[in-house]
Amino acid sequence: MTREETSIRTWLLHALVVAALFALNFVLPDYHHGVLARVMVLAVFAMGYNLLFGYVGLLSLGHAMFFAAGLYGAGLPMVHLGWGAGAGFATGLAAGLALSLAIGFLALRTTGVAFMIVTMMFSQVVYLLTFYFGSWTRGDEGLVIQQAERRLSFAGFDLDLTSPATRYMAALILFAVVLALTLAIVRSSFGRVLVAIRENEERTRMLGFDVFAGKLAATVVSGTICAAAGAAYAILFGYVGASFASVQYSILPLLWVLLGGAATTLGPLLGTLLMYYLIDGSGDLLKAWLPGWNVSHLGIVGLALVVLVLFFPRGILGTIRGRWVRWLP
Amino acid sequence: MAAVTPLLTTTDLCKAFGGLRAVDHVDFSVAPGEVRAVIGPNGAGKTTFVSLVCGRIAPTSGTIVFDGRDITAMPAHERVRAGIAYTFQITSVFPNLTAFDNVALPVQRTLADGRGSGRLRDGVMAALSRTGLAARAGTPAGALSYGHQRLLEVAMGLALKPRLLILDEPTQGLSDGEIDSFVGLVREIARDATVLLIEHNMPVVMALADRITVLDAGKVLAEGTPDEIRANAQVQAAYLGTEAA
Repeated sequence: MTREETSIRTWLLHALVVAALFALNFVLPDYHHGVLARVMVLAVFAMGYNLLFGYVGLLSLGHAMFFAAGLYGAGLPMVHLGWGAGAGFATGLAAGLALSLAIGFLALRTTGVAFMIVTMMFSQVVYLLTFYFGSWTRGDEGLVIQQAERRLSFAGFDLDLTSPATRYMAALILFAVVLALTLAIVRSSFGRVLVAIRENEERTRMLGFDVFAGKLAATVVSGTICAAAGAAYAILFGYVGASFASVQYSILPLLWVLLGGAATTLGPLLGTLLMYYLIDGSGDLLKAWLPGWNVSHLGIVGLALVVLVLFFPRGILGTIRGRWVRWLP
Repeated sequence: MAAVTPLLTTTDLCKAFGGLRAVDHVDFSVAPGEVRAVIGPNGAGKTTFVSLVCGRIAPTSGTIVFDGRDITAMPAHERVRAGIAYTFQITSVFPNLTAFDNVALPVQRTLADGRGSGRLRDGVMAALSRTGLAARAGTPAGALSYGHQRLLEVAMGLALKPRLLILDEPTQGLSDGEIDSFVGLVREIARDATVLLIEHNMPVVMALADRITVLDAGKVLAEGTPDEIRANAQVQAAYLGTEAA
């Protein structure tokens, strides 16, 4: 198969996935329709995480701070200054970009376990800041963005982002844009350098690449994508709370990516979708099968993580690529 | 020789690891277009010396001048862009990437620097063809034979379009037949680049080198043409362990 054929096949596959998500808008029952809109936004979070973890091989335990940067960057001006959804989304992106640039500059001086700890600590700082500025953020209780604010007006259109179909389409557009962006990045020469850094940093340096600059660029793109997910979450679902900055939201994207397949473009969507339904469905099953045990969904998350790392280190799509479909990006 | 400006000069170069002086006050220069071999017993400091030249490690003291510029404090990746390429002693290709992608990395580097021209694909295939690997472009590097991995390593060095190519024990682990074609390849490379060759295999050194520098215990023991070095009593002593006459 030539490179051109692979290229056409790859873009076609991704277009089909987006088309399928578009079609599902019209057939899904209400509950699952709402879930899928949420999953698409969270999958954007996972795609941002995957760029750094999957392709550059940097395991961050602090990506909740970038999601939170987008969430609060969009939510705070909308609640306190009465800004519109478009301006809120833009400030959310800007907050994520600035934060990831600063964090990348500091944390990338470390590698391996030290990098995990440093990113986790910075993320805890962001989490605690949401309480420190509780008079604006209302901490754990969080802020609710009023329906009237969650509208997008441009060129004579006035879109109500709280209506299910519009919300679903907004989530799908964001998802499709970020999916196309990650696909373009990983197939570009920049993507090749990122993978080279993951495989052998010293060799990459000795081929004339500034490894620090490459990692920093990847951190900023990754952080900004996660912030886009956070901003979209605030706008589409109208809630901005400190729990999204907690360590749990740093672990979840890692889990979604591991489940779907690290360093695969479609893995984050698959992982997020399956894990969402696993946690969603486990509550009832646990009550039925283990009455009185009182196992929380976090137990399920932990168990899933252990099973994945032990038996499927490459995730679902990573295993499929390794065994059958080699051209999968 | 004196009339030519050297491509690379080191002055009073030292590297100490704790109490060990791995490179000890080395004054060294290479003329453009030369093939220079650096030989010496195990532990003589050969790899440490070229690591200082290419910037993988920083010197304790001394200066390195490349093409008239002081590069002593320049980071390694910038030295590569300035034209110093290093091929690793221990094969260091990217095993999970195809041979094509391995070579695409250095080619895209030269394109980004404005030192290369044409399409990425043409540049990659040219480097693979020169090393006889064109037919294996789509093979993951880790699945290539050891000899082919060594050649891929050289192809990556070549693709950087270096002015100084440092080959660190390139024939280690190759069969006799592979060594013969390798000698031919280095001769061809030397037509447009200066080559610094660290090598244990004496027939290869004698066949390729214009001049030889002998290191022993971090110091330059001798320097000269292959014939001069072969006749040098001190060199024989360092290699054979006998008392110098």
